[in-house]
Amino acid sequence: MTGEGARRLRPPNNTLDRRAIAWWRTQWLLLTAGPVGVLAVLGALITPARVWLLVPAVVLAVLGLACAALIPGWWFRVHRWEVTDEAVYVRTGFFWQEWRIAPMSRIQTVDTVRGPLEQLFKLATVIVTTASSKGAVRIEGLDHELAAGLAEQLTHITQATPGDAT
Amino acid sequence: MSEPAGFGGPAEGEWRRLDRRTLLVTAVIMAGVVIGAGVPAAVGMAGGLGLLKAVGWVSAGAVLLIICGTGGDYIRWRRTRYRIGPERAELHTGLLLLKRRSLARERIRSVDLTAHPLLRVLGLVKVRIGTGEQTGAGESTLELDPVTRAEGERLRRELLDRAPGKPGTYGDGTLASFDRRWIRYAPLSFAAPLLGASAAGGLVQLSEWFGVQLRLFAWLGDYFRAVSILWGSLVLLAVLALVGAIGALGLWIEMWWNYRLEREPGRTLRVRRGLFTSRSVSIEERRLRGVELVEPLGVRIAGAARVDAVATGFAQEEEDMRSDKKTLLPAAPRALADAVAAQVLREPVSPTNSVTLLPHPRAARGRRLRWSVAYALLPVLILAVLGLLLTDVLLSIAAVCAVILLPVAVLFALDAYRNLGHGLSGGYLVARSGTLRRTTVALQRGGVIGWTVKQSYFQRRAGLLTLTATTAAGEGAYHVYDAARGEGLAFADEAVPGLLAPFLEPEPEPDQDGTPRET
Repeated sequence: MTGEGARRLRPPNNTLDRRAIAWWRTQWLLLTAGPVGVLAVLGALITPARVWLLVPAVVLAVLGLACAALIPGWWFRVHRWEVTDEAVYVRTGFFWQEWRIAPMSRIQTVDTVRGPLEQLFKLATVIVTTASSKGAVRIEGLDHELAAGLAEQLTHITQATPGDAT
Repeated sequence: MSEPAGFGGPAEGEWRRLDRRTLLVTAVIMAGVVIGAGVPAAVGMAGGLGLLKAVGWVSAGAVLLIICGTGGDYIRWRRTRYRIGPERAELHTGLLLLKRRSLARERIRSVDLTAHPLLRVLGLVKVRIGTGEQTGAGESTLELDPVTRAEGERLRRELLDRAPGKPGTYGDGTLASFDRRWIRYAPLSFAAPLLGASAAGGLVQLSEWFGVQLRLFAWLGDYFRAVSILWGSLVLLAVLALVGAIGALGLWIEMWWNYRLEREPGRTLRVRRGLFTSRSVSIEERRLRGVELVEPLGVRIAGAARVDAVATGFAQEEEDMRSDKKTLLPAAPRALADAVAAQVLREPVSPTNSVTLLPHPRAARGRRLRWSVAYALLPVLILAVLGLLLTDVLLSIAAVCAVILLPVAVLFALDAYRNLGHGLSGGYLVARSGTLRRTTVALQRGGVIGWTVKQSYFQRRAGLLTLTATTAAGEGAYHVYDAARGEGLAFADEAVPGLLAPFLEPEPEPDQDGTPRET
């Protein structure tokens, strides 16, 4: 916009683990299966309203399947992360793209979280929090061993940094 | 502080108790509650039992309640001890579940005193000792309820005064004090319409309790039939506004009477205020990351502004940790607000004043116009659709709404755009936004502990982005809305050198649509 010397944020270096695609896909499918299942069962039981229940069920199922087929691959290309000696840098989203940067010196806690589905896919989420109530950086869908190593590395670096990080 | 060994010697602070008169306070409060509940109960029972019997029963219950309450408080008083040692401040309390809480003294960031009228009469205060930590509501505060006022003052001085006898060089003493002319800004705040509305709601509720609600509505109906509907509702609105304004005045007087902002030798800012309930809030300057000038629309039109502290350690924990705790100056003339902000930050001129704010690109104006017109059209559309389906009256109401709402929406959008701005002034990052509540935040550049850059699909097409500086203080994040893409990133990079730079790359081509293609 401002002519010469204009810069933009470069994409972070690393992609997530490829298994994240399957993980997201499963989430979409489960998310779709719930309401579609309920609608289908109701449709089977309540004959007078069958059309009114089954049509939305089919529509929802088609939408959910389309999302499950298309969106995870897209997300995989968009979600990226990077950890340098100075900062943690994460990019997420497409329609609401978001870049988050937390400097190493201000990191307070490093958590790894693994939900049941993540465990199934051997994935983990690393949550890096700073002293700001709104500054947490989440890296979702990392290989669980990589995540554990990363958390350890981050913890080491932050412990070596003096001050209370506010 | 010339008596260092005055309280149990420097090695071990001695265990102390809360003030014994807490029993009296509890008894009086219980008595108040009992009278409030007992009188209607006695009146109600008198019909069935006879007056004497009813009074007897109720007063027996009352005495029992007062004794139980006071007894409970006696146990609490017996079991509560606190100690201010050289390293830690400790509090032991609880009957069955023993609670031992201790705070490292170097982590203590605030000592706040409050006293409701009863405590004031007895010369007592409630003390809250807090660390500046955001985590775990209540975990990081000690509450001493109550101690004598002198003891409270002693605790406050001792815990916050880290460099005794070394007076600061920059503007010690009173920075601002109560001025009764400021009261003219009180009815302009948003408290007034809120209070007016709640008065109306309260009236309706009360009338229901006393079983006269139908009569109230009948009276209102008659009134509207007597005068025209337009005139009637105007008068009604005016009455409600008047009630709200009076309420706002009362609230303001209770909150801000005897207001005084001081800087104390231990590099602490202290706000004292309150007519009935006196409050003292101390903010260590180490916790301060900046100030925020807040101008609600009415107050802004009157040329005034409020000054809030942007400080760490205001965890949103309990109900009395409301936003007014961080207010350093109530709505006061803009020049004074700037002067106070400057003094608080120890700057010759307030950064909110000295900064040249860079306006945002015109695309930001378009976004604001579109949003606000959309919001204005939504009720109009709903009314119009309903009107087409049901009755023509709604159509004319929709037309009136459109005629009134659209220009207002456009004005608000233009004002919102005009208020957008950001800039750097010395060690501060300044960002301004908002129209109904315009805020200008001056944040220490060193206090920025991360950046979040957001760009929606439409922002990307317009070449805009929203920058968010995260910080440990205040709201945790301060936004620069809809800045130009390249300029915004350059601004963020300059504000906090080195943080963003490794992740920036030169723009490849002046591509018009701004879609990143590297993925």
